[in-house]
Amino acid sequence: MNQDIFVIIEHLRGQVADISYVMLAAAHELAQNTGGKVEAVLLGQNVQGLAGNLAADQVLSVEHPALADFTSDAYIKAVAGLTVEHQPRAVLFGHTSVGMDVASGLSAHLGLPLVGSVRYFESGGKFVSQICGGKIMAEGELPAPTALITLVPGGYKPEQGQSAQPPQVTQVAAPALDGLRVTLKQYIEPEAGDVDIAKEPLLIAVGRGIQTQDNISLADDLAQALGGVVCASRPVVDQGWLPTSRLVGKSGKAVKPKVYLAIGISGAPEHAEAITGSNVIVAINTDAAAPIFNIAKYGTITDLFDLVPVLTDKVREAKGG
Amino acid sequence: MNIVVPVKLVPDLVEELTIDASGAALDTMWLRLIINEFDDHATEQAILLKERSGGQVTIITPNAEGVDDMLFAASARGADRLIKLVGDFENGVNNHALARTLATTIKDLQPDLVLTGVQAHNDLDGSLGPLLAEYLGMPYTGYVSGVIVNGDKAIVRKEFPGGLIAELELKLPAVLGIQAAEQPPRYVAISKVRQAMKTATLEEMDAPGLNPDGGPTIGRMFQPEAAEKAEMISGNADVVADRLIGIFKELGVL
Amino acid sequence: MIERINFWEIPEIWHYFAYVVLPLCGLVMLGRFYGRIRLWWQVGRPERRWDKPLVRLWRLIKFGIVQVKVLSKTYPGLVHVAIAWGFFVFFFGTALATIDADFIKFLRGPIYLIFKLMLDTLTIAALAGIILAAYRRFIQKPSRLTLDRGFTLSLTLVFVIVFTGLLTESLRLAAIAQEPTLQPGWSAALAWWTPAGWVTAQLWLALKLTPAVINSIHLWIWVTHATLVGVLFIALPTTTLVHMFTALMNVFFSKLDRPVGQLAPIAENEKKEPVYVSTLRDLTWKQLLDGDTCTECGRCQEACPAYAAGTSLNPKQLILSIRDALHRDGPTLAKGNGKSLPLVGETIKDGVLWSCTTCGACVRECPVLIEHVDAIVDMRRHLVIEGRVDDILQGALANLGRYGNSFGQSERMRARWTQPIQPKIKDARREPVEYLWFVGDYASYSATLSDVTQKTADVFQKASLDFGILYDGERNAGNDVRRVGEEGLFEMLAEKNMAALDKCTYKTIVTTDPHSYNTLKNEYPANNGHAVLHYSELLDQMITSGKLKFTKKLSYKVTYHDPCYLGRYNGVYDAPRRVIEATGCTLIEMPRCRDKAFCCGAGGGRIWMEEAEVKERPSETRIHEAIKLDGVQAFVVACPKDVTMYRDAVKTTGNEERIVVKDLIELVHEALG
Ligand SMILES: Cc1cc2nc3c(=O)[nH]c(=O)nc-3n(C[C@H](O)[C@H](O)[C@H](O)COP(=O)(O)OP(=O)(O)OC[C@H]3O[C@@H](n4cnc5c(N)ncnc54)[C@H](O)[C@@H]3O)c2cc1C
Ligand code: SF4
Ligand code: SF4
Repeated sequence: MNQDIFVIIEHLRGQVADISYVMLAAAHELAQNTGGKVEAVLLGQNVQGLAGNLAADQVLSVEHPALADFTSDAYIKAVAGLTVEHQPRAVLFGHTSVGMDVASGLSAHLGLPLVGSVRYFESGGKFVSQICGGKIMAEGELPAPTALITLVPGGYKPEQGQSAQPPQVTQVAAPALDGLRVTLKQYIEPEAGDVDIAKEPLLIAVGRGIQTQDNISLADDLAQALGGVVCASRPVVDQGWLPTSRLVGKSGKAVKPKVYLAIGISGAPEHAEAITGSNVIVAINTDAAAPIFNIAKYGTITDLFDLVPVLTDKVREAKGG
Repeated sequence: MNIVVPVKLVPDLVEELTIDASGAALDTMWLRLIINEFDDHATEQAILLKERSGGQVTIITPNAEGVDDMLFAASARGADRLIKLVGDFENGVNNHALARTLATTIKDLQPDLVLTGVQAHNDLDGSLGPLLAEYLGMPYTGYVSGVIVNGDKAIVRKEFPGGLIAELELKLPAVLGIQAAEQPPRYVAISKVRQAMKTATLEEMDAPGLNPDGGPTIGRMFQPEAAEKAEMISGNADVVADRLIGIFKELGVL
Repeated sequence: MIERINFWEIPEIWHYFAYVVLPLCGLVMLGRFYGRIRLWWQVGRPERRWDKPLVRLWRLIKFGIVQVKVLSKTYPGLVHVAIAWGFFVFFFGTALATIDADFIKFLRGPIYLIFKLMLDTLTIAALAGIILAAYRRFIQKPSRLTLDRGFTLSLTLVFVIVFTGLLTESLRLAAIAQEPTLQPGWSAALAWWTPAGWVTAQLWLALKLTPAVINSIHLWIWVTHATLVGVLFIALPTTTLVHMFTALMNVFFSKLDRPVGQLAPIAENEKKEPVYVSTLRDLTWKQLLDGDTCTECGRCQEACPAYAAGTSLNPKQLILSIRDALHRDGPTLAKGNGKSLPLVGETIKDGVLWSCTTCGACVRECPVLIEHVDAIVDMRRHLVIEGRVDDILQGALANLGRYGNSFGQSERMRARWTQPIQPKIKDARREPVEYLWFVGDYASYSATLSDVTQKTADVFQKASLDFGILYDGERNAGNDVRRVGEEGLFEMLAEKNMAALDKCTYKTIVTTDPHSYNTLKNEYPANNGHAVLHYSELLDQMITSGKLKFTKKLSYKVTYHDPCYLGRYNGVYDAPRRVIEATGCTLIEMPRCRDKAFCCGAGGGRIWMEEAEVKERPSETRIHEAIKLDGVQAFVVACPKDVTMYRDAVKTTGNEERIVVKDLIELVHEALG
């Protein structure tokens, strides 16, 4: 057994997912306690190119045609092989539709302990998991010998897991990957047509404070810059400025994005009830007493017409730079 | 087709959650339990499959307060068999223990498909489905939002972050973690549930020794600091915009 | 003495026509009518509507003969009554004439003259009525009417029959005027007892026709008249005139067993299984009769908020759909071999049923007492059992089932609004109270309403009212749950509330919510005789008894909106108005007030459903109605949901500067100083 921390890099169609960087950041925090190294594990076919900015002491690259596309079957076998061979102190997976499929299966497969929904590690090396919709945190010692971890975003910033220095990449032979029972048939692109705001992770919501149809473009610009989607309170939809599919609230949709940016929305109960599932609500409103501030995590009493254009520019800058 | 749906109840987040005297668990005093929403979808998906191609749907669940009502509601929806596992569940079990005991029972039921909810909000030791799949020696795929059964194969739609969907083929028998049923769970009128209470039978089965190995030990539970009011950002538009950019970055949306 | 002459100058051979052919036509009519109506019981389910015959007879007279509801709209009402009464009188006249001719001779002297006068007057009335009806139908063309050939045909036929009757009479008078011996005892002075006939007779006299010519014209017009009567008999069961019979039957068999505010529980079939209405076979015979009775007058359509908003619901069309389905599928079903074709979902689409606010305006307006809302709820019950509810409604129902409120909040939060109130409001489960305040969901949970709810408590406390609430023991009362069609959930909620109420010692229930009020008052069976008061009634009583004394005189000009479940359903119109006036406000009525009040659009569970694409929301229409009143500053409501609905509508119509929505209690609170 050693004290290294393995991070199973999550990537999809040639792109490393953000959660991978978050995991690397977490892994560094943990490695400081264990005194081991951070090793990124890159499973796939022709994926060395993805190693570029991973902040890891080493990248273990496992290439095999069966790993070209994600299936839990092949991934479990591949990670099991590495884990048994290297016996790291912990293996980190994203708490995502990829990582969750693998981590639990591996735990049963190898009889190793698993901690789910970890948000961060404490300086003493304890894990802190976030459960019950974020209402409860659970803390405990990292189980031995090898702890399998699924990590939720929010505890670390992705930049912390990026590095300008390309890491050292070591090719590792894949274990035998036969007898696989899950195979990919095809990918289906998300349907065109209007977006489903209930599923969007970043929503720019506008209310009556936006005043006119023309001003909707302010929100559009911001959404485009941020990569989010515009939605609205009822007065805006009633005016026909946005289609009903974008209505948030009692008569529209309930949403649960990572970030809900409410611009010129008062936060009436019929609206508020549908956004409480959001991870973080940020409110821009000129009225200090607007109820939206009671449910928002961040708020600002600023005129949207002053703020939004500046914000859009700065977002563009941040993205461009 | 024989479909088994393991279902568990989880704390209702509508109620205020409190930590008990030990400081390491939820206070069960005020806890209200409801069906794990993804298990609800799994049940619905099972019934949709049955309606499409026939078969039998068995709901299996560890005993807990309110579990009978949940089972009767499932029966009213169309489930055929209702099994209640009785054992030492009072103080809660982790998914490893639950998966082990479920696996022994489910093996005897010889299912073609096991549908579980892809996760539950109180999973501290990973999700149930993949554990179950390993103990049963079946393949697993999670985040499924559509299933077609074709002979001894299932074609499933798995969702990846960002909305991309993969169509995967699994050899049956298999375990699937359901993220969303093809249709949202249907409404079951109360009178149907009441009717089911009169006609449906609950089978009780013993859950032999529960083994929680593989789950973490919790030393302490606490509630994250609740911000009563929003953290207000003041300053001119420029300052506020900078701070917002910072926040967006922190939250990983930028 | 003058007396009636039977078959005046009509050759004997034609007497057979009257005595043989016309009765045969009558039989054909009855046969055909039977052929039509037997479908009611051959297809429909049984339902007991035979009890209390005297009350039913009274309804028949009131609504069928005197036609009070028809008369509630003046022009069409008078027109209809003129024609209808013409028919009644001609029918009785013919009967009397037959008795006179074949049994006892009594139409002589003054009795004969009065008899003649009656017939003659009604002839004028009927003809005038028909002409005015034609004017309405062809010139005015109100949108609510069905402008269909069938109605034109009926009107023409009736006109020709009455007119040929008049001609016959006038020709007889002309002949007698030329040769008075033809009717012994006749004199020109007596001719004025038949004014219309006599005036028309002058025409013939002016033409200087010979007696022989008059006689033969008289004969042929009489023959035409009699033949058309025969034609009418035969055709009647398939013309629009069939409502003469069906309407009388419908009012006779109208609902007597419960107040309007009470829905019937789900019926059971012989096997004791619940009946959910999805096909014709599941409707009761009376509901099928409703379909056959509809006169297509469109009064329900005109009053319906869902129709006005532009939803797919038109109550008239809904009733006609039942009729059309009955005559399309009924005959096969009656033979017992047709399988029951779906009515709900096919002939009547889900969206139609969900659009109804159960405001009861249609029921209130229908001149022939058709029971739209009961049928709509019956069909909704089927949709609910099938799970055919929209997502938002499903969420609300699931919340109601789990938490007892549609907000999906914990029951422990129900009394959170009481926190700042001192002294603490009594817990009626712990100590006896005189008034048990049933707060209701909206008043308890809606953040925007807590101010109004707290003011209500304040007023009660200032009036030293001995009151308490159920705290977390209260559940949604279930009025709208029941009207959504979720009967099982309603029963469950009612059981829980009853269990909580049973543990309390109290005299009277008071609530601010008209919906809760209606169901507590009319649908909670074991309410142990406790009175249920709406707060407007309680305030009114307290003002009268001097318990509530105002120190400030308000001087607003206000208008008042009657909540459907307070007004139309329970007849509470005056109490809130007296309270408003006691505060010193001047009340200006909207054109549609009291039983004609226009619904806000929230009832019947609509507040929990997806909004359909509408032209204008009912609440917005209502605000526009209020805005038109001169100088009205406040729109006063007496229902928590109304506060929500109308505050929203004032915003969406951009009228925030012109009018404010105030709950009744806010006026009272202000007047208390
Ligand atoms: C049955 C029913 C169902 C409903 N369903 C829904 C629903 O599904 N969804 C929904 O959203 N609403 C719904 N409503 C309406 C709801 O009650 C509110 O009226 C609505 O949400 C208000 O929208 P808003 O916040 O955009 O407007 P407002 O309440 O008018 O708020 C506008 C806000 O913008 C702020 N503002 C103004 N100018 C500026 C500026 N220059 N910069 C920054 N801030 C500014 C103001 O301070 C104010 O807080 C429903 C109502 C009812 C009765
Ligand atoms: S109850 Fe009201 S909404 Fe429903 S059909 Fe009748 S008038 Fe229309
Ligand atoms: S249902 Fe009644 S009110 Fe409506 S059109 Fe028919 S007769 Fe007239």
